[in-house]
Amino acid sequence: MSRFRLAIRAPAAPCAAAIVFCLLLLASPLRAAGEKFAARQGELAVAAQNDAPQRHVPRRDADHHSLTDTRWQWPTWDDFVSVVSLRNVNTLWVLLGTTILGVSAGVVGVFMLLRKRSLAGDVVGHASLPGIAVAFLVCEAISPGAEKSLPALLVGAAVSGLAGVLCMAGIRRLTRIKEDAALAIVLGTFFGLGIALFTVLQSIPSGNQAGLDKFIFGNAASMLGGDLWLLAITALVVLLSCALLFKELSLVCFDEDFAAVQGWPTFLVDTVLMGLVVLVAEVGAQTVGLILVVALLIVPAAAARFWTQRVLVMTLLGAALGGLSTGLGTILSALFPNFSAGPIIVLTGGAIFAVSLVFGARRGMAWRLITLIQMRNRVGRHDLLRAFYEALEKSSARNGKPAAAAALTERSIGLDDLLVRRRWSPPRLRRLVAAARRQGLVVVDQKQLRLTEAGAAAARRAARNHRMWELFLIQHADVAPGRVDRYADQIEHVLEPDVVRELEDLLARGYPELAVPASPHALEPAGGKP
Amino acid sequence: MIREALDILAGWSAIDLWIVVTGALAAMACAVPGCFLLLRRQSMMGDALSHTSLLGVVLAFLAADKLADLGWLAPAAKGGVHHAIMVAGAMVVGLLAAILTEWIQKRGRVEASAALGVVFTIFFALGLLLVRVAADKAHIDPDCVLYGTVESAGIGDGVPEPALVNGIVLLVNLALVFLFFKELRISAFDPGLATALGVNARAMHYALMAVTAATLVAAYESVGVIVVVAMLIAPPATAHLLTDRLGRMILISLVVAAVGALLGHAMAVVLPRIVFARLGYTTVGSASSAGMMAVASGLLFGAAALFAPRHGVLSKSLAQWRLGLKIAAEDLLGLLYRLEEHGLSAHGAAAPDLLQRALPVGRLTAALASWTLRRNGSLLVTAGGYRLTDKGRMAARGLVRGHRLWESYLAKHFPLPPDHLHASAEMAEHYLGAQLRQELAGELAETAKVDPHGRSIPGEKDKA
Repeated sequence: MSRFRLAIRAPAAPCAAAIVFCLLLLASPLRAAGEKFAARQGELAVAAQNDAPQRHVPRRDADHHSLTDTRWQWPTWDDFVSVVSLRNVNTLWVLLGTTILGVSAGVVGVFMLLRKRSLAGDVVGHASLPGIAVAFLVCEAISPGAEKSLPALLVGAAVSGLAGVLCMAGIRRLTRIKEDAALAIVLGTFFGLGIALFTVLQSIPSGNQAGLDKFIFGNAASMLGGDLWLLAITALVVLLSCALLFKELSLVCFDEDFAAVQGWPTFLVDTVLMGLVVLVAEVGAQTVGLILVVALLIVPAAAARFWTQRVLVMTLLGAALGGLSTGLGTILSALFPNFSAGPIIVLTGGAIFAVSLVFGARRGMAWRLITLIQMRNRVGRHDLLRAFYEALEKSSARNGKPAAAAALTERSIGLDDLLVRRRWSPPRLRRLVAAARRQGLVVVDQKQLRLTEAGAAAARRAARNHRMWELFLIQHADVAPGRVDRYADQIEHVLEPDVVRELEDLLARGYPELAVPASPHALEPAGGKP
Repeated sequence: MIREALDILAGWSAIDLWIVVTGALAAMACAVPGCFLLLRRQSMMGDALSHTSLLGVVLAFLAADKLADLGWLAPAAKGGVHHAIMVAGAMVVGLLAAILTEWIQKRGRVEASAALGVVFTIFFALGLLLVRVAADKAHIDPDCVLYGTVESAGIGDGVPEPALVNGIVLLVNLALVFLFFKELRISAFDPGLATALGVNARAMHYALMAVTAATLVAAYESVGVIVVVAMLIAPPATAHLLTDRLGRMILISLVVAAVGALLGHAMAVVLPRIVFARLGYTTVGSASSAGMMAVASGLLFGAAALFAPRHGVLSKSLAQWRLGLKIAAEDLLGLLYRLEEHGLSAHGAAAPDLLQRALPVGRLTAALASWTLRRNGSLLVTAGGYRLTDKGRMAARGLVRGHRLWESYLAKHFPLPPDHLHASAEMAEHYLGAQLRQELAGELAETAKVDPHGRSIPGEKDKA
């Protein structure tokens, strides 16, 4: 335990500083907006008191939307302008709240993803339903018929979410049931209990059920001033704990056993992480709903993974993408006020995930595809040049010495001579020749191919690399001469210059003439025409 | 309180019966694919499929609506067609979700559970939005999808439609398992071996996904989209704790599913009235039966986790405790034997507190150990203290013989320093029976008289 230092370390210090800086930066415009908002809230409250029975009349940009309300239309230009310019104070505050939520969920999600526990957030979300119902009952018993206080409901949710996590851990540790089944059982059972309790609550006559529905599907638009404070405090707790425990969390995520051996309290670190998940899930449930809150935890983190290999960068990116997806989603849902915001926010996150999946700089598919294509082109070029060299080798050799580059450029050969050298199809060979011609390695003259100066040098290099690797395999890896060709074929394209130098050193004694060694095996055409 | 509960249950009617039958059939239909999901460690795939099937159902309804507009489908198509469309839509979208998850996992190199989480949340969100767009055409109530309406099963005459649908799905699932038992079993336990033997494990995987999606969508009209996850996994997990054989596991999970449905509905009817009447709410009705069915199957799982004969927490800790007691008793015998051997105990009796200090266990365990030994006649308590009977001496001799033979064996075959021999022998002695001791003695041959510490190894029989 003595190793469990809370000292601010190198990556943590800038994070904490950045958080404080951002808060300071936001403080003054927020205060001004906050005063306007408070005035508006006052008006709303008065209005609500005046027409208390008609609370659920749909309003354009706020308030409750039942899922069965079917009216929707495309936003008009005026709507669009008013939403995007954030002229509406309500929209601004909702946007701020959801963005804060997205940032904190993104940060926690990164560690959950690296810990391979992404779906635990799903269990926490579903398992908090019975706690909300019980908290509601307790409130109802204390002051019947009153509006339920949000913190009380959240405490109930957090307690039962934690109970779900404990059940899961208990099942995993004490029985032969594996983690995935433990997740499913706890999730289904707790949610079933919650639904049973909810149906009972609905039959309590004096019960004021306002706000309960909000937890299941979420309702971002009805965010109040108090909610925003709650979100801000949550974000502060999450960001500070992640910044201070950055080293511990990354260590446990990457190598739990190593962390334990080094004396770090891995169980405690895990508990802190699960505590943060519960915190984010319960606070986030109001915005996107219990069922979808797991998306805030998983999707931005999974998207961030495509862009980087470094934990710190990934954490910052997770925060940024989380904030971006919830923020954009909120603006979109303000444009379509008859849809609930939760699904729109999740789908926005999904779009960001899809973009990252394709274009991510480190693991994105486009990037990997480009690398693959470049590699294939390189392999093709090497194959073509080596085939060229082998075809010209005999006739260009001068009294036993390997063909000089100049000699290679003198003779030209037909496409058919190359075609029999390897198992390649005529179209592929033609494509390779065309590419080599564009690169200035080959000249085509009346269907006869001739190497240029640069092409001859590259051809010599390709043949040389191939043969040196073959010799290395024969001398140092005991591979039979008949088999080295294929092995060398796989490796010759990725031989770095320093590897080539090492090969030269290794082989120098046996082959004083290393310009291009003679092939260690017979160079027959690769089995006739394909 | 029990009387109260029985009074409420006395009002059990045909409606309750149909609710239980529908719930039981749904749970049983789910338990069949659930067994294989559990064994393949893909339980959360069930959760994902149940979420994605919402999208499938909505899309299927929109498609059916379009077909009806085009005049290819009778606009008033109901019953069978209605269910077939729902099931087909859920199967297609479920398969799509499974394929997409695997694709993202493989091509995007995303961790499996994260890929699953990304796909199913997005599909579910899309489903929720489309429900909104389609609601006026599709007649889907999201609340009903979420919570299930098993209570409506009892309304009307004859066999209710949901019971019929779930019954058919159950029969189909059982038939499929019966036909493909061998293939399902081998691809669940060892996909690599299955592929090597010519069973297409990938095809089995996708077939299982499709069947699960179809089963879930048939069931969730009754029990709701999330509760159905408990029905899918909890009964198979309960059965998994009770048996080690796949065939029996499926049968037990069917029974557990049915019992869970019955218990759940009874709890839904009885518990709210009893509990809430005490809290002062006299008007509350019954709770959601679907929810309570999930709770009941969770409770059954909890009971199995605690009390299962072989894999239960209690029986495992009981077995461990008994082993500990046996080892403590044997240690006590061995200690007394060694004291006798050294002539340290006056007149063959040892003071209890001396023994207590020498044994590495708590006071209670030591007392229990000596009590069991006295009961089976290995130990006598006299005024001078503890003393071995002839029977006890026999047992102790075997133990000490095993200990010293093991030390000699280790010293002969492993290059261990002499002070490392005792600890290993202290553990091994409790597991060396007469047969093993004889083999050890045979292996050691001439050296089997004295142990590495110079003490003589007692013979199997008392020669004195």
